[in-house]
Amino acid sequence: MSTCICVIVNGKPVEVVAGASVAAAVARAGSRFRRSRSGEARAALCGMGVCFECRVEIDGVPQQQACMLIARAGMQVRTDG
Amino acid sequence: MTHSYDLIVVGAGIIGAACADVASAEGLKVAIVESGAIGAGVTAAGMGHLVAVDGLPAELALARYSLGLWEDLRDLPGGEFSRCGTLWFARDEHELARIPDKLARLRAAGAVAEAVDAAQLRELEPALSPGLAGGVLVPDEAVVYPPVMARRLVERACRRRATLIHARAIALGEHAVTLDDGQRLLGNVLIATGGALQALLPELLIHLRKGHLLITERYPNMLHHQLVHMGYTDSAHGQSDSVACNVQPRPTGQLLVGSSREYGVSDSEISLPMLRRMLRCAFQFLPSLRQLKALRAWAGLRPASIDGLPYIGRVAQRRGIWVAAGHEGLGVTTAPGTARLLVDQLLARTPAIDARPYDPMRAAA
Amino acid sequence: MAERYDVLVIGSGPAGLTAAHAAARHGARVGLVDAQALPGGQVWRHDVRFSAPAFARRCMQATLEHIKIDWLPQTRVVGAEPGRLLVEDPRSARWLKYGALVLATGAREVLLPFPGWTLPGVTGAGGLQALAKQGWPLAGKRVVVAGSGPLLLAAAATARRHGARVLAVFEQADRAAMLRFTRGLWRWPARVMQAAVLRAQLAGVPYHFGSVVTAAQGEDALREIEVSGPRGQRRIACDQLAVGFGLAPNVELACMLGCQLEAEGAQQRVRVDARQHTSVPGVYAAGEVCGIGGRDSALIEGAIAGLAATGARTGIASLQRRRAQARAFARQLRETFAIDQRVRALAQPDTLVCRCEDVTLGALDAHVDARGAKLATRCGMGPCQGRICATALAELGRAAGIAARPPLFPARLETLALAPADGIAASLAT
Ligand SMILES: Cc1cc2nc3c(=O)[nH]c(=O)nc-3n(C[C@H](O)[C@H](O)[C@H](O)COP(=O)(O)OP(=O)(O)OC[C@H]3O[C@@H](n4cnc5c(N)ncnc54)[C@H](O)[C@@H]3O)c2cc1C
Ligand SMILES: Cc1cc2nc3c(=O)[nH]c(=O)nc-3n(C[C@H](O)[C@H](O)[C@H](O)COP(=O)(O)OP(=O)(O)OC[C@H]3O[C@@H](n4cnc5c(N)ncnc54)[C@H](O)[C@@H]3O)c2cc1C
Ligand code: FES
Repeated sequence: MSTCICVIVNGKPVEVVAGASVAAAVARAGSRFRRSRSGEARAALCGMGVCFECRVEIDGVPQQQACMLIARAGMQVRTDG
Repeated sequence: MTHSYDLIVVGAGIIGAACADVASAEGLKVAIVESGAIGAGVTAAGMGHLVAVDGLPAELALARYSLGLWEDLRDLPGGEFSRCGTLWFARDEHELARIPDKLARLRAAGAVAEAVDAAQLRELEPALSPGLAGGVLVPDEAVVYPPVMARRLVERACRRRATLIHARAIALGEHAVTLDDGQRLLGNVLIATGGALQALLPELLIHLRKGHLLITERYPNMLHHQLVHMGYTDSAHGQSDSVACNVQPRPTGQLLVGSSREYGVSDSEISLPMLRRMLRCAFQFLPSLRQLKALRAWAGLRPASIDGLPYIGRVAQRRGIWVAAGHEGLGVTTAPGTARLLVDQLLARTPAIDARPYDPMRAAA
Repeated sequence: MAERYDVLVIGSGPAGLTAAHAAARHGARVGLVDAQALPGGQVWRHDVRFSAPAFARRCMQATLEHIKIDWLPQTRVVGAEPGRLLVEDPRSARWLKYGALVLATGAREVLLPFPGWTLPGVTGAGGLQALAKQGWPLAGKRVVVAGSGPLLLAAAATARRHGARVLAVFEQADRAAMLRFTRGLWRWPARVMQAAVLRAQLAGVPYHFGSVVTAAQGEDALREIEVSGPRGQRRIACDQLAVGFGLAPNVELACMLGCQLEAEGAQQRVRVDARQHTSVPGVYAAGEVCGIGGRDSALIEGAIAGLAATGARTGIASLQRRRAQARAFARQLRETFAIDQRVRALAQPDTLVCRCEDVTLGALDAHVDARGAKLATRCGMGPCQGRICATALAELGRAAGIAARPPLFPARLETLALAPADGIAASLAT
């Protein structure tokens, strides 16, 4: 039905449907999004840009909200989970 | 109802908190009167850099004295004492030429300080822009989280039987203060109300100097020292609105970016034009700041005396009324020394450093 | 793209879309700003697999294709000076000047702390719906939906459509309140239809009243939940828990602009007059930001605000009558789904309240006032700027202030350094 694109999450290629968010790609890769101050694993919570739990590094730029950005082919995503 | 105390401290900013701590440690019966939350005045708006600024000799003396006393406070839990050192940097040959004098002044005051050349500067802080001329490293200086430090000092005083009273002081008498809840407390009264000083002591002039700060997301290991431009001292002692590059790595990995000085402003709203000036100034020296994310910005009002030195001591023409206020942009640094000086005078002891430059008498004259 | 718009609309949900459209039809040059990449707001959020309802598509198309409307996606408002807003997108920043401003910033979900709510696998209810629409993997996943309000059904239906096995929906409101509510529904026939469609989509999914998820468990991810209901306690193994307790208006921008707010239960909303005008001249507000009212009131209020912002005198009165009816429905909803004391008591002393700074509820207890607590614990000092924890604390009956200073959202330092005279500043980042 829809086309897929490939993004790299922590070095692993992940396929997502075109138009999907970076958050969806991270979830598909099975990765946590970040570690909290006290070391807890965390993942996306609000899905709408409010909670900042989904922060990841995208193409070398840290602290980006994965739920607010559409995944692009070849994007390099790093989580610290 | 009336109660009597050896010392009633009005105001629980970092200054009042430090005074209550020292007085209670001396065995005095202390009351602390605070109308808001502890450390929530300008103490919560400051950078918390513990630094010896060498502009005025008496300011330097008080800072150096205090830095020694801070060593006993560094383990207070949550106070985030972090010995990152201060790295003063010079933009050009002109600023570099001022370094020998600066070193001499700092060393004469007992500080460990060393000159660094351009290459060493880059090595110490790779994020600094290339082409800076050199600087001075003061390795022992530190940063703290002031509102929690203030709270810990008050808690410590309370464990020594000091009484914390949530009320506003509204009038002074001879060895007495009246609170807005109707209480009247008897004893020596110390006014440590910062920028609100003139509400109780109209004879001691206080100017407010507004300053902006901004904090970033966490970027661990981007900076290692508190970075201060050599021009900061001019900004601190100038008479017109100014900005200076002053950037601090917090123990959390966040960066605290400062700072500005504005005169004749008494609100602490964010001024976007001033924030812009401050940031552009910082970008000149730290270009990689541009891309970082700011979480918050705020402004605070530094309480400044008539001559840049705090008022510490007995208030002339009043009986049993003392003051410790007007520390401008250095009150966190100089709080422990201020407290020691004040309590020594109260107990009629000879202070460890000359107390005369801070005598409030000079303002009343 | 223009530097100045006659009408600048913030938010492209139903309210913002109709506001932009009404203003443009009345001849204004309109800028439509949204932090999201695609229009639609919450209810019409773009779905990567399913197309939006025909009405929503028409509404979005009519607005986006209108020659007088500039669509500014992925653009967040972070600062303001009189007559202009500082905005940032992933690559650049600029100042946008306006003649009139319409705030259609919508609402966020109220997420309340309970033991285990920070585990990966626990999301908001609307949160899971939003994530699913963005391509979050749900096929074959065991999903439980819980919390309160009509959003639970919508979230469950979306999850199911995306292949999830929805095990159950747990609503905290009790059956009696729900019955009273449904008996009154005949006054809003469109709502009866909506509810019937949702129920049909959820055929076979048990819907329990008076039931609360009391804990989520797992190591580094959710494995199991505990539910307490009229028939006692039970445990359910699941992969995702979607739990939300209704909505809270996004009033931060309005607050920064100086607009008067008023109470909406434990939360705040923007106060507007019959023409959607706020207390600040030239600033209008519409939709959820003026109180949770749902899609229909958002559509109507957007149209009123769009017209009023262009100075129109006609066409408003009939809309105002329709708004009254839509708002009456919202009041019913609020009463039915009022949050139970049991829910407020879920968080334990060691439950995190501030997820950004990892602050527990117990740590806040040591403080008498909110400001002291914040300074001492860092609660609310993280990147969400209190949007999650302060909203929750307000619901738990602990006062918490609204953050309303620039930057309104975390923003690049260079954005904040941009002067109105600088034009557009492109970032080096991307
Ligand atoms: C932007 C900025 C950066 C700074 N950076 C630094 C730095 O890096 N290093 C440094 O050393 N210093 C710094 N400072 C300066 C430092 O913050 C102040 O000098 C210091 O906090 C002053 O403390 P205080 O106790 O006198 O005042 P405050 O903290 O304001 O305390 C006064 C207290 O008195 C209370 N009060 C007032 N009136 C009454 C009354 N009538 N009754 C009862 N209570 C009352 C108030 O509620 C308040 O809590 C900075 C300041 C600013 C604004
Ligand atoms: C997560 C969630 C899911 C929902 N699902 C449904 C549902 O399925 N069915 C239903 O009937 N209702 C649903 N609702 C209720 C929904 O709020 C309303 O039905 C409707 O979307 C309200 O329209 P609105 O235009 O007022 O606001 P919204 O649709 O919320 O739109 C507001 C827009 O403003 C933008 N915005 C906010 N602040 C800024 C800023 N500073 N800068 C730039 N842009 C900004 C946001 O990105 C958002 O796109 C949901 C609500 C939420 C929070
Ligand atoms: S999931 Fe909340 S901000 Fe992205």
